[in-house]
Amino acid sequence: MQKKISNLPFKGTPEQEAKLKEVIAKYQDDPGAVMPVLQEAQDIYGYLPIEVQTMVAEGLNVPLEEVYGVSTFYSQFALSPKGKYNISVCLGTACYVKGSGDILNKLSEILGIEAEECTDDGLFSLTACRCIGACGLAPVITVNDDVYGRLTVDDVPGIIEKYKN
Amino acid sequence: MYRSNVLVCGGTGCTSSNSLKIVEKLNEELKAKGLEKEVNVITTGCFGLCALGPIMVVYPEGSFYSMVKVEDIPEIVEEHLLKGRIVTRLLYQETVEDDTVKSLNKTAFYAKQKRVALRNCGVIDPEKIDDYIAQDGYAALGKVLTEMKPEEVIQTVLDSGLRGRGGAGFPTGLKWKFAAANDADQKYVCCNADEGDPGAFMDRSVLEGDPHTVIEAMAIAGYAIGASKGYIYVRAEYPIAVKRLQIAIDQAREYGLLGDDIFGTGFNFDLQLRLGAGAFVCGEETSLMTSIEGKRGEPRPRPPFPAVKGLYQKPTILNNVETYANITQIILNGPEWFASMGTEKSKGTKVFALGGKIKHTGLVEVPMGTTLREIVEEIGGGIPNGKKFKAAQTGGPSGGCIPTEHLDIPIDYDNLLEIGSMMGSGGLIVMDETDCMVDIAKFFLEFTVDESCGKCTPCRIGTKRLLEMLEKITKGQGTMEMLDEMEELCYYIKANSLCGLGQTAPNPVLSTLRYFKDEYIAHIKDHKCPAGVCKELLEFKIDKEKCIGCGMCARKCPVSTIHVTDYTAPGKKKPAYEIDPSKCVKCGACMDTCKFGAVSKG
Repeated sequence: MQKKISNLPFKGTPEQEAKLKEVIAKYQDDPGAVMPVLQEAQDIYGYLPIEVQTMVAEGLNVPLEEVYGVSTFYSQFALSPKGKYNISVCLGTACYVKGSGDILNKLSEILGIEAEECTDDGLFSLTACRCIGACGLAPVITVNDDVYGRLTVDDVPGIIEKYKN
Repeated sequence: MYRSNVLVCGGTGCTSSNSLKIVEKLNEELKAKGLEKEVNVITTGCFGLCALGPIMVVYPEGSFYSMVKVEDIPEIVEEHLLKGRIVTRLLYQETVEDDTVKSLNKTAFYAKQKRVALRNCGVIDPEKIDDYIAQDGYAALGKVLTEMKPEEVIQTVLDSGLRGRGGAGFPTGLKWKFAAANDADQKYVCCNADEGDPGAFMDRSVLEGDPHTVIEAMAIAGYAIGASKGYIYVRAEYPIAVKRLQIAIDQAREYGLLGDDIFGTGFNFDLQLRLGAGAFVCGEETSLMTSIEGKRGEPRPRPPFPAVKGLYQKPTILNNVETYANITQIILNGPEWFASMGTEKSKGTKVFALGGKIKHTGLVEVPMGTTLREIVEEIGGGIPNGKKFKAAQTGGPSGGCIPTEHLDIPIDYDNLLEIGSMMGSGGLIVMDETDCMVDIAKFFLEFTVDESCGKCTPCRIGTKRLLEMLEKITKGQGTMEMLDEMEELCYYIKANSLCGLGQTAPNPVLSTLRYFKDEYIAHIKDHKCPAGVCKELLEFKIDKEKCIGCGMCARKCPVSTIHVTDYTAPGKKKPAYEIDPSKCVKCGACMDTCKFGAVSKG
């Protein structure tokens, strides 16, 4: 899938940079370090803007194109920031046959954004995700760490309302 | 000693419906009643019956409480744990028979199961190594290191007939033998826990419920092939599994069961976790190893096979989680015991993740050779809402759909291949008459197009072209010639793709073309979707005889394409409404709104 690259200016803090440097130091001698470092970098910054990728490349002494290649290859790495509340809709087979496609459409209609986008106020972002394995609760969405299962399209507006305040 | 043990499921399914809050509440209530020294609360792995989660079992009685709510806890503590009166109202009703409570193993869901790989799931606390050791844990590793030569270990695995549980079914012992035969200064043992099939959660449940069994088996494999280092490649989307694996690895190191000089035998073995980052292709062995090296997870041509040149160009074996989960039992109980289960060419048991349109969604482990009908109708409890079975999908995006006529085939690797599907890792999704098979084929193709790594052309472009044709058909723009073109392209992609992803990607199309061609034809010739799924082919209509003229549908219609007519049905007070199909966006809002069943689609 084509990844959306953010145009927002990079707003990293010195604390975040110090943390990233620690992570890079921890993996310095590990031959397969690029992925774990990017994973931890994403935990620190929330996403992987080119500035962070550059720091990782320089820190690990690998070419930036390799770091960029890895961060665009794996779906877990986000190149644009997520909203305060990230809504993931599971599109695994079990959820899909139970109507998660309709739920994604409804969310997208209410929020006015497509999957992989963020609302203008930065409150919500929407992701279509791979099976999270809660197939017994299908169809499932998650809002940050909260899981909502056995949903119908009619439940969607109420869930969004809960996070608006 | 505790007089009662309360087991609460802490698998992903049950935690998603709040089982950890239940544990909290239980501890709180027990403390309030002064029972905390008499009743022990244990968070376990998955019991399998995820549809009824959160699940809680009280021993010694074996009372199986299902769909437990936090509000139920005070009553269970007060009545059951304090006064000894089982709260029958909250029990899984299948275990209640004429006022007596029957054993869980006699219920339809568990009676036909044989739990080998899942033996400890829902039984032990996965975060305590002592619990695992109490269940003969690390006894197999001890036996192997002190009593067996590496060749004997490999021979035992060969004799058991164990085949890889990740999908293709390659004999595990053979893989080990090849890797053992190659001399090198460093070899690797890897575990594939990158369970990417949508709708499959077998491996996750093993890792969450019994992580030590995988660690122990990997150490055994390390001894057998002469490797001192191992990697577990696990999906980052499985946070609970990752956490428990890390705890298990740390505990095993602390007990000297990983690290240098294990059991004082001079054997060294250590493990590291690597997190996947959401790429389906990384379930393919060469991609997975490239990914462990920290690169883009693209496959490479074989040979050289990983047993010769794998991770960091060294001899490597890669097995799936469920394969490892069988190893310790084979060592302890002997290869004959394992080979006594299953069919001629597929030995042992297989775990399936049952999902989709089925009552008992969850995890089941059955001997190879069990029929699909037994799994769907007896263990799975059949299709809910009185709908009819249409197909079972196995093997995820690499597999196919099995129609009613093959329900009685004994499931094993070879039989499934013969009917155009495959075992895959064990996802089993049940579909009913309201599922459109063309739409399902399209769904899987969307997945493979998305996940194709792009390295080889047949897969990158071929699957895309295939998807475009399917999209045309579901929009009513298909032609009959397209069906032949699709089939030809499918075989071309299968024959020419570099790795397993592309070689199997056309299977969902081929199998639906084989068994459900009439549905494709209905889309093409009649411009109809028999299951009523493909939106472009639907038409919404109002039955003017049933319409009472309330106008609710017209108010709900987002494009205002429902208008009042001048016809009033006999016995109705207001004139009926009708839909102008030219502007209809087929959202279905009118149908959802109408309380009188006057709107239909077709």
